[in-house]
Amino acid sequence: MSPEALREIARNMVETVPQASALGFKLRSIEPSRGSILTPWREDLVGDPDTGVIAGGVITALLDHACGLAIISTAADSKTPFSTATLDLRIDYMRAATPRADIIAEAHCYKLTRTIAFVRAHAYDADPADPIATAQAAFVLKRGSVA
Amino acid sequence: MSEAAERLEIFLGRVPYVRFLGMRAELAGDEMTATLPFAPHLVGNTVMPALHGGVLGAFMEMTALAQLSVTSPAPRVHKTIDIAIEYLRPGKAQFTYARADVRKVGRQVANVHVEAWQEARSKPVAFLRGHFLLSGG
Repeated sequence: MSPEALREIARNMVETVPQASALGFKLRSIEPSRGSILTPWREDLVGDPDTGVIAGGVITALLDHACGLAIISTAADSKTPFSTATLDLRIDYMRAATPRADIIAEAHCYKLTRTIAFVRAHAYDADPADPIATAQAAFVLKRGSVA
Repeated sequence: MSEAAERLEIFLGRVPYVRFLGMRAELAGDEMTATLPFAPHLVGNTVMPALHGGVLGAFMEMTALAQLSVTSPAPRVHKTIDIAIEYLRPGKAQFTYARADVRKVGRQVANVHVEAWQEARSKPVAFLRGHFLLSGG
């Protein structure tokens, strides 16, 4: 698959899936086995009204979605169409996200078998070395149904 | 309205993200059940269609925090330390329910298990286990 075709699929996945579009996700980058998404801070997504910190649920959706993106880029040349479903997702929250700052998630699919994808991801705002949250996940690839 | 029900109402009303999800919760005695009505913006897979995995996780995390707002009241929102989510079935385009079981409340940390289901509680769609840092009461 050409890089342009992959980018088009990735953009579609990040910007047209209803929940992703409701949260304002934007595709940052896609390359073999890796994907990155940005989400802007928004008042209606705040989880702590005293501080303006965005809800953990937004980070959960962002990390989950970035993991899916990394899998698509890893399996881009798969002959059979497939969709992905999350099996398990573990997230550690290292610190609160900075209010009003964009949040970036980067995911790496480090192992792909015929049926299972293993993925790690992290989310940060200003500095990749100072993460907000890290994630470890396993996904099942459902062959034969179009993603 | 009981004191516990009042605390729950305050929590649900104060958190903007609860409104974004469209989540509700009710107390029957000391048992809280959270409800997530289906809405198009919660979809993660339009072909099935199925709820976004992140939405199910977020709903269960908010259920844990809502339950803690009742059982461990504090002026501030408690903070999530870590969560582990297991997905058993796709979340269909219908109502989702969740209940939280507070397994342990320590001096600083609470351990909470959450279960989410749709048409029958015996067919869970997802589980969540989480640790939460308690705000000073």
